[in-house]
Amino acid sequence: MRSALFALILMVCGVPAVTAQTLQPILQTYAGEIAKPSRKSVGETIDAIAASGLPQVTVFLEQWSEKNIWQRNDGIFFVGTAAGDSLTITDVDTEAKTTAAKSDFKQLKPNGGVRRLIGTALVQFQLMDPDLSRRETAVASIARRPEAAQLAPLLASIDGEVDANLKARKTQLANFLSASFAKNTEDRIAAIDSLSTDTSVEARAVLNQILTTTTGVALAAPEGNIAATLDPMLDAEQSYTALVDANLAAPKQTGGDIKKALEANIVNGRIAGFPLGQMDDPMVRQAAYTALADAGLVPVLITQEVRDAELSKHVFYKVYDEPNVEVTIAAETARKSADNRVATAQFADLTLDALSLASIFFLAAIGLAITFGVMGVINMAHGEFIMMGAYTGYVVQLFIPNYTVSIFVALPLAFAVTFIAGVVMERLVIRRLYHRPLETLLATFGISIALQQLAKNVFGTQARPLTSPDWLAGAWVVNDIIQISYIRIAIFILALLFLGLIIYILKRTRLGLEVRAVTQNPGMASSMGINPDRINMLTFGLGSGIAGIAGVAIGLYAKVTSEMGSDYIVQSFMTVVVGGVGNVWGTLAGAAMIGFGQKGIEWLNPSNTLAAQTYMILFVILFIQFRPKGIVALKGRAAGD
Amino acid sequence: MSTLLEVSGVSVSFDGFKAINNLSIQIGEAELRAIIGPNGAGKTTFMDIVTGKTKPDEGYVIWGEKSVSLLDMNESQIAQAGIGRKFQKPTVFEEQTVRENITMALKNPRSPLDLLLNRAAADTEERVRAVSDDIGLTDALDQLSGALSHGQKQWLEIGMLLAQDPRLLLVDEPAAGMSATEREQTTDILVRAAKTRAVVVVEHDMEFVRRLNCKVTVLHQGSVLAEGSLDHVTKNQDVIDVYLGR
Amino acid sequence: MERTFIAKNPSVLWFLLGLSVFTLLVSIFSEAAGSAVISTSFLKTLGKTLCLCLVAIAMDVVWGYCGILSLGHFAFFGIGGYAIGMWLMYARTKDIVVGSLENNILPPTPDEVTTAIGSQIFGVVGSSDFPLIWAFSHSLTLQLLAVVLVPGLLALVFGWLAFRSRVTGVYLSILTQAMTLALSLYLFQNDTGLRGNNGLSGLQNIPGLEAVSQATLSLWFFWASAFALGLGYVFFAWMLAGKFGSVIRAIRDNETRVRFLGYHVETYKLFIFTTTAMIAGIAGALYYPQAGIINPAEIAPIASIYLAVWVAIGGRGRLYGAVIGAVVVSLMSSWFTGGSAPDINLGIYIVKWTDWWLVLLGLTFVAVTLFFPKGIGGLFDLISSRQEKQQ
Repeated sequence: MRSALFALILMVCGVPAVTAQTLQPILQTYAGEIAKPSRKSVGETIDAIAASGLPQVTVFLEQWSEKNIWQRNDGIFFVGTAAGDSLTITDVDTEAKTTAAKSDFKQLKPNGGVRRLIGTALVQFQLMDPDLSRRETAVASIARRPEAAQLAPLLASIDGEVDANLKARKTQLANFLSASFAKNTEDRIAAIDSLSTDTSVEARAVLNQILTTTTGVALAAPEGNIAATLDPMLDAEQSYTALVDANLAAPKQTGGDIKKALEANIVNGRIAGFPLGQMDDPMVRQAAYTALADAGLVPVLITQEVRDAELSKHVFYKVYDEPNVEVTIAAETARKSADNRVATAQFADLTLDALSLASIFFLAAIGLAITFGVMGVINMAHGEFIMMGAYTGYVVQLFIPNYTVSIFVALPLAFAVTFIAGVVMERLVIRRLYHRPLETLLATFGISIALQQLAKNVFGTQARPLTSPDWLAGAWVVNDIIQISYIRIAIFILALLFLGLIIYILKRTRLGLEVRAVTQNPGMASSMGINPDRINMLTFGLGSGIAGIAGVAIGLYAKVTSEMGSDYIVQSFMTVVVGGVGNVWGTLAGAAMIGFGQKGIEWLNPSNTLAAQTYMILFVILFIQFRPKGIVALKGRAAGD
Repeated sequence: MSTLLEVSGVSVSFDGFKAINNLSIQIGEAELRAIIGPNGAGKTTFMDIVTGKTKPDEGYVIWGEKSVSLLDMNESQIAQAGIGRKFQKPTVFEEQTVRENITMALKNPRSPLDLLLNRAAADTEERVRAVSDDIGLTDALDQLSGALSHGQKQWLEIGMLLAQDPRLLLVDEPAAGMSATEREQTTDILVRAAKTRAVVVVEHDMEFVRRLNCKVTVLHQGSVLAEGSLDHVTKNQDVIDVYLGR
Repeated sequence: MERTFIAKNPSVLWFLLGLSVFTLLVSIFSEAAGSAVISTSFLKTLGKTLCLCLVAIAMDVVWGYCGILSLGHFAFFGIGGYAIGMWLMYARTKDIVVGSLENNILPPTPDEVTTAIGSQIFGVVGSSDFPLIWAFSHSLTLQLLAVVLVPGLLALVFGWLAFRSRVTGVYLSILTQAMTLALSLYLFQNDTGLRGNNGLSGLQNIPGLEAVSQATLSLWFFWASAFALGLGYVFFAWMLAGKFGSVIRAIRDNETRVRFLGYHVETYKLFIFTTTAMIAGIAGALYYPQAGIINPAEIAPIASIYLAVWVAIGGRGRLYGAVIGAVVVSLMSSWFTGGSAPDINLGIYIVKWTDWWLVLLGLTFVAVTLFFPKGIGGLFDLISSRQEKQQ
């Protein structure tokens, strides 16, 4: 390590190491070691080669490591490429190429350990290489397998680094290395402290690496940097197993062991005098075993009392692999603070997740909310309109291969298709069932069954892809913890757009005025010359149309199947019911509550999204108890008075 | 005459609109009372409050000689305590016969198990007939009530109220949509009922109120404007202003 | 008393008569009676259909009579199935385990038996411990009680919460649907102790009755189903006759008015909701041993909606309507989806009924709701009113 540092200093200063400008003589000095390198002794040779500071060194070391160095009969080393019986050799200094017979050469095949050492030595050259990509490769290789020896060359290469990004990366990496490998404790602690603000996976890995512990058990606590002593009774069985593994106690017999021992000691249909027939009683079994043990036929039974006595005799401890107490204390502190930051970041990430889930619920539910609010009609086929929108997107992509164009064609087309479907349904079915809301629910359910099966018949049961354009494919990465895919951001923006659009339509247009009038008092509205039939038809079309758009959006990040509607319908209903019927803000609040609630429960129990949905529904059922009309209650026709 | 129902200082508002404003009314036992007032005076809301459909923001509603508060009771408890209500629109159960309608209303224990297990109270038929005679629907007992005329439905509803045997009867616009003769009959039924119990009639029609010949309370903007005989209140300047001035 | 009740409700007598004749005919032509007209699998289908009829009349009472469109009654049906399934599975596995341990040198301890049963039952979800809800699975009596009490209790709690806060109409429907969805999602989880999406299986084997052939067993279950249906029909008819029925129908037509008549509407609704849930549980307990397997998909919200479809097509507000609906739709369903219905060749396209049956059912349902709100049962009204006219 010292010599590496030395070489580095020389290189940085630009002073030639030795007077010779050629590498071959140096190689010849160490010819034996180079030809047959061993992991233990090759270090000196590599250091010497590196110390020459010659520009050829990099090439030589690389080729050596890649088994491309050949030695001629006379001991001279060449870079060679074999082709059949002949060999193209390149002089290590002049780079002159010639062809020779392969039989005159011997290929050098350094083993893995040696190659790693060569690689480590190479890094210092690669770190300074004029080629940016080679420097990046070198940095990446250090990051993959950090070693103490790399710290000095890395530090030395920081000042000369011209690329800003790589410089930052080098500094960060140097920090990681110092935390683990710096020579004096102060440097390490300083580096460790600086890691407390870093939430990257790498930084935490460095801290965890420093803080690795080994658990052990002994009669007395050993010397060393003890992390903690453990209470063996917390998990007595496991502690005892550890004791047995450490050869400090006799193994405890399992039920099976006892059974085998008993079976092996049957004498005349009896075991230790107990008749076989009584052996279905665990107490009798134990008594028989104890009797056998007393007779010395089987090992002594380890009862719970014996086990606990043994456990209390020993100390169970956890010891740091790192001997320096100051370092581990600093690292513990840094890890705690990093963990806090990670928790904060996770919370932020969860919030983003919840936000995107809420946007999806909002998009899926807003159309439902409009029709329910204005007309008091529950549209069970709403989910199938979502599906219809998604399939529209799929069909469009069959005709327009450009994904960007196809999405922008699909959105309005999906709206148009479902708008028309909604209007047709309103005219043919819903209009005949006014004032019979339960019947509307059932009739639309019938439509939902039919549409779902129809989709199955047309498109088949397998999922169809709806591919998003490339610019929506990636994810926005804030740090290792917070990242969100662009598609979800797009859905969020889409939801915002629709929120704005719907509020604009309802508050600023003639149609919106009439819709609100019909919502609040249909009788009065119709006497003022508003045609409620027309308003109902348009509202239903609008609600269905938005479902179609939601379908395209949902299809982009989930698969398009004939059953996708039913996946969203109950959640959409929940959103509408929780939010309060017939109010855009209510739906927004409902979507936010359900989205955030579901993500929150998932966070508490991350392994189980089914459980999250279950508890969310239970929560909604309870919520309705306290606010039967939802978060934003509405007075009027839809309020059901 | 002791007080049966006392409403005092009651206010209620819907979205900032004060439907009832510091209203105080007392109804005595076996009294016939008419409540009149223009649209939006708070007549129906008053009934909603007494029957428990609407909870007031402030004030008291006290009932009976034990002076229990009606505000802590729900609709069915209030009904069982002896307050019957007839709605503005006739609401009888149209898919059931007149007999079934009346039987349901008869004063009897009202828990599900009572109804399931004690089916045939011996005097049911007798009591149903008494009511149907009173309202003149004995011949129609086995008809579906949906087949009745508008006036008959109104009577049936009053009959159901009588069957409940309430101590206080709240009647909302009983004469709406009735012919002249039907009105006369309705007046008779109400006057007869008021002999044994308190009857409060909300009505628009002055002629009808005059025929009831009872104390009149005039409501305006959620509070009492005037009270007394019809002649007395019609001479009241405030009442004239309210009815004609606008 | 009973005579006047039957006299007032002649349809009950007709129904019982029809059911008896049907049961008798099926018994005569069953495999167990030595005939080959009705195969054992078809006998099971018939028995299952009777159970569906029972849950359908429960649905009719709660929806057609009381006006509560519950989209959760098939969940109660499923709970009944799970409750009996737990005993069936436990007892049968125990028989097998005890049999296999008999050859051991040492007689097994109770612990060994339990562990062996546990690993047999819960091996598929990677566990061998008995979850808490299996605490009573060893006792037939307790599990039979659970068939009635668990759906009853769930309905009681849910109904109390919902009715108390005056959730009505479509809101209530959505809420019951949410309850159903929550239940099925819950059961789909592996760690809830009911074997996740594997469900309970092998329920057609009745412990202790291994010697009895499936043909005979199926006939017994068919009889039990017929008996339960008959009893359920009479029970509901008796309940709905008279003043109680009047009040229930009045609640359907105008809840507020009933309240002002002094009836505590919530109690009545709760009574109906809970009673019907219990009957649904019984129906499920009879259905699933005939089906042989129950899994969470059975409880999915769609099943409860189909229940509403049967009742609507059969005719709401009349018990025999629900029976007709359940029989017609469920048998037609298995006929069409079973591939026995002939395909229709339109020349350019062949209509396969396995694909198009649901489309037909959906559209039929819309048409029934729109044009024949009284369903098939409405035809009886037409016939009887014609007869009256002729007389």
